[in-house]
Amino acid sequence: MSNIDKATVAKIARLARIKTEEDKLEPLAGELNNILGWVEQLSEVNTDNIEPMASVVDAKLRWRTDEVTDGAKANSVLKNAPKPEYGFFAVPKVIE
Amino acid sequence: MSDYRIQGATGDWEVVIGLEVHAQVISNAKLFSGASTEFGAEPNAQVSLVDAAMPGMLPTINGECVRQAVRTGLALGAQINKYSVFDRKNYFYADLPQGYQISQFKHPIVGPGIVTLDLDGGRTKKVGVERIHLEQDAGKSMHDQHPQFTYVDLNRSGVALMEIVSDPDMRSPEEAGAYLTKLRTILRYIGSCDGNMEQGSMRADVNVSVRKVGDPLGTRCEIKNVNSIRFVRQAIEIEASRQVDIIEAGGTIDQETRLFDPVKGETRSMRSKEEAHDYRYFPDPDLLPLEFDDAFIDAARESLPELPDDKKARFINEYGLNDYNASVLVAEKDQSDYFVSLVSALATATKKSESDVAVKASNWLTGDLFGALNKANKSIDETPVSAEQGAELLALVEDGTISGRIAKDVFEIMFDTGKGAASIVEEKGLKQVSDTGEIEKIIDEVIAANPNQLEQYRGGKDKLIGFFVGQVMKATGGKANPGMVNQLLKPKLDG
Repeated sequence: MSNIDKATVAKIARLARIKTEEDKLEPLAGELNNILGWVEQLSEVNTDNIEPMASVVDAKLRWRTDEVTDGAKANSVLKNAPKPEYGFFAVPKVIE
Repeated sequence: MSDYRIQGATGDWEVVIGLEVHAQVISNAKLFSGASTEFGAEPNAQVSLVDAAMPGMLPTINGECVRQAVRTGLALGAQINKYSVFDRKNYFYADLPQGYQISQFKHPIVGPGIVTLDLDGGRTKKVGVERIHLEQDAGKSMHDQHPQFTYVDLNRSGVALMEIVSDPDMRSPEEAGAYLTKLRTILRYIGSCDGNMEQGSMRADVNVSVRKVGDPLGTRCEIKNVNSIRFVRQAIEIEASRQVDIIEAGGTIDQETRLFDPVKGETRSMRSKEEAHDYRYFPDPDLLPLEFDDAFIDAARESLPELPDDKKARFINEYGLNDYNASVLVAEKDQSDYFVSLVSALATATKKSESDVAVKASNWLTGDLFGALNKANKSIDETPVSAEQGAELLALVEDGTISGRIAKDVFEIMFDTGKGAASIVEEKGLKQVSDTGEIEKIIDEVIAANPNQLEQYRGGKDKLIGFFVGQVMKATGGKANPGMVNQLLKPKLDG
């Protein structure tokens, strides 16, 4: 059984870069536990000897040929960037 | 067995090394989009909306990247998985617009294989390859262009990489270097990666741990993104000593990601990466499993050239080359191709069999031509002397038209001018003098001019024959046939 505590919620929020106030952690833990508990019902089904299913329809992965058919659209790519400079995305400095 | 040991205060330590090599796949377009992979374009000029992770964009796999991964697996004698799965590896970084890298976690495309290392003195060692998986490269961040901002270029974002993961089978910096060298040679042979470490198309993460001989494995540290074979060797040496010092001082090793700083000669912790290590892999819902049939694998296998180990064995067995020359020639495919053309052209020109002329050809190639190319800082594909021209020169030596000594001068002119050997010999009048009468005449003159030496020779100083040979060669400008000089000189000296 899953059991999400406050610390786990804080960690997930941090990893997903979702700002979460301290007083929201406890309620979120409850909500997530409810969701996981609901999904957990699936484990009641016996899945022995059943192959994992990748898609609900009988489809195969589509392949492309190795041809350059795209690119040369730096303006479109940068159009929504908060700060395009000299063709680059300028972002707050990140240094190791 | 490697006998490389770190000598600590408490005794000898063994180093255990595993390598994760990221090799950029040679393809025209990216792994999941139709944007170009070419190096050196204007920033963000080779970015599709898929690579920029615009909402609603879906990845479609490039079949060539799949084929290249399969070819690489086959070249390493590895298991090929006809069913593999793409997963999302989640982490945040400015040059990763999706917020995840599409990679393969549980079900990689290639399973266990082998790389055979060539070590000193003709020794070999087999190193296991655990797996190869396909994944996307990230974009490129530049931190030094602006005081407050990092500039991000997504041209590399989405380019296909093969991550080639070795088993922890290496025991010294030399073995790690030999592994990278061999892997690079194989990748370049089959053309699945250009192996260019300076441009970043091949880079290595190095896992290092230490233990007392016979003990279980120690805790490892991972040194990220080392970009030359020399640096890999240095980083291992430095990191292993650091770990021994810590353990011997009573400390323990933290499993962590570190950075190698070649200027300071140290490895440093990359604390910021620690949290990112929780990658929360899950199957990418945008992509169905990657599947192909035996015919696809067979076609990939048929497209492989002769591999370096097979070629080396053939050069030794069929051509009678020694181990060293064979190794040098097969290290780069272009070199071995040149050699094969040279041998074939020389055999034709001299009407001898290939095995009769191969050793001469390999000596000239590894000595004269490689020496001259090295000096001129050129690679074999930039050689001013083609294999056919090289054969022409060697054939002139074989049939006695010029001496080996003169051949070296002719070669220098060929290398500088690109002219053919025969025309240079003709033009400069370098033909070997093989006319008995002419040589005898010169011998007589030399003997007459050196009565003292002649007297000493006749008095028992046999070694002076060398002096007379030298004088005759000098008088003919090196053109006299040395065999004939020796033959004619002795009876005359002996009187």
